[in-house]
Amino acid sequence: MNSAANQISAKLNYSFLENNQRKFQLDIDLDLPSKGITAVFGESGSGKTTLLRCLAGLEKGARGVLRVKGEVWQNERFTMPTHLRKVGYVFQEASLFPHLNVRENIKFGLRRITGDKNKTRYRQVVEQMGLKKFLDNHPNELSGGERQRVAIARALVVEPSVLLMDEPLVALDANRKREILPYLESLHETSELPIIYVTHSIDEVARLADYMVVMREGRAVGQGILSDVLEDTSSPVFLGEDMGVVIEAKVVERDSHWNLVRAEFDSGHLWVRDTGDKFGKKIRVRILARDISLALTNHSDTSIINRLRARVVSINDHTDPAMLLVNLALGNTIVIARISKRSASQLKIESGIEVWAQIKGVAILR
Amino acid sequence: MKFSSDDLTALYLTLELAATVTLILLLLGAPLAWWLARTQSWFKGPIGAVVALPLVLPPTVLGFYLLLAMGPNGPIGQVTQSIGIGTLAFTYPGLVFASVLYSLPFVVQPLQNAFEAIGDRPLEVAATLGAGKLKRFFFVGVPMAKPGFFTAAVLGFAHTVGEFGVVLMIGGNIPGETRVVSVQVYDHVEALAYGQAHQLALFLVLFSFAVLLLVYGIQRNSYRMLFRLNS
Repeated sequence: MNSAANQISAKLNYSFLENNQRKFQLDIDLDLPSKGITAVFGESGSGKTTLLRCLAGLEKGARGVLRVKGEVWQNERFTMPTHLRKVGYVFQEASLFPHLNVRENIKFGLRRITGDKNKTRYRQVVEQMGLKKFLDNHPNELSGGERQRVAIARALVVEPSVLLMDEPLVALDANRKREILPYLESLHETSELPIIYVTHSIDEVARLADYMVVMREGRAVGQGILSDVLEDTSSPVFLGEDMGVVIEAKVVERDSHWNLVRAEFDSGHLWVRDTGDKFGKKIRVRILARDISLALTNHSDTSIINRLRARVVSINDHTDPAMLLVNLALGNTIVIARISKRSASQLKIESGIEVWAQIKGVAILR
Repeated sequence: MKFSSDDLTALYLTLELAATVTLILLLLGAPLAWWLARTQSWFKGPIGAVVALPLVLPPTVLGFYLLLAMGPNGPIGQVTQSIGIGTLAFTYPGLVFASVLYSLPFVVQPLQNAFEAIGDRPLEVAATLGAGKLKRFFFVGVPMAKPGFFTAAVLGFAHTVGEFGVVLMIGGNIPGETRVVSVQVYDHVEALAYGQAHQLALFLVLFSFAVLLLVYGIQRNSYRMLFRLNS
């Protein structure tokens, strides 16, 4: 099978009246990878949830072509009903069946098939989502985070071809989010299952996603590998204060005296706070544009530890007329710096010149 | 309280009729209520109105048209005669048929409300978990509407026990066949046997009160349960 047949390809069109007034049109043409987490990012009302519902076949009015891993789910003549699609769907609210306990909720999708394979699958999912001690509880006895874990287990146990998640963390408070994120990451690491993850939180995108689709007014205005989309300052992805890039790195050295570790990436290294990661541990860090300043020479008389040689690739306007966004190449890795127009003019920053990028803050995402 | 054997026959007939009608109504009413709760079809309004008609029509009107329809020249009478069971008027099966129509809204409406209260989400979840239309009905719709089924059964039963006009129109007054308690009370009053009328009437009052008490008790519990689930 070639790689195209493995993909999720969706050319869908769906228009409806929003609250019986405004016409909303979803019009998308996507080719999504067949593994890893694809974040569908956009403001509320941009059509993210509608897209997910169309993929699951929950919107009867959707037209177009949808192919998932070589299987046709929809084309001009045929629409596969939801219950025949091998899809897992995690809604915003856990939406557990109130008349069933946790065990029965998870087994709901298995009720038509029995056998050893299912037993193994069930045990594995319960284990992975840490639900063993809740099996006899009813949904109303669980916390929001626990309920959402049951919902994820319930969607996983039927071995879907694709897992659709609609802002699964949005209804949870910060502590519950922290509690559930490791489960999502473990899912990401241990399975080949493609996950399409709708969110309006750039933090969740930066932490979880491999691939990113940006939605605006029913259209996908940007899609690609996470770092490519994030570093594209000309794209319509407006992140404001959150503009920044994500870099995958590996822990290679520890400075226990100052509680720092050295994280090596493709084309350099960064000193970051020691969070107890072992050597060789892959980490993901995020560097915001507002945390990078530029200098023409390497200043050692500064509090900034991470100073990297970089080449200016391009200079782009910012929505703030006083500021500019400068794309910098650190070898193969692109980072973005946000500087004032005045500084750019004084330092004579232009494409192609060499500068020192002073990186004030590096956030470790995982 | 001591009932005459005629009274007992009438009581027994009434209970048998009400039980049969309730069972039939739950079997027919559940799919009908499910359809009414979920459809976006243009027919929803008209069908809902037809189901609710017995609520507003005088029972004698319903009984009158049923009598015509079941008669030898009526559409129902034609069918029953052609399959060789004669006409239904003044028979127990005819009474069952009429009672089903007469009590239909009392079963369909609580069920429809219960099904509507479930909302779309649990059914969408079930669909993504591989449940087709029938499975969604049996494994999500019916269990989640359990309190509605209870209310519907009790109301359907009680309302059938209480009917009078329709029975009089199409059932007549045949002991052991169509003479139900309400008709028996009427007979006692006509014969000026107030003592006997009292016994049966008081029994019906107590019975109805007990039933309604039960329904309201259960409903309060089910509201509380819904509330807890949403919080």
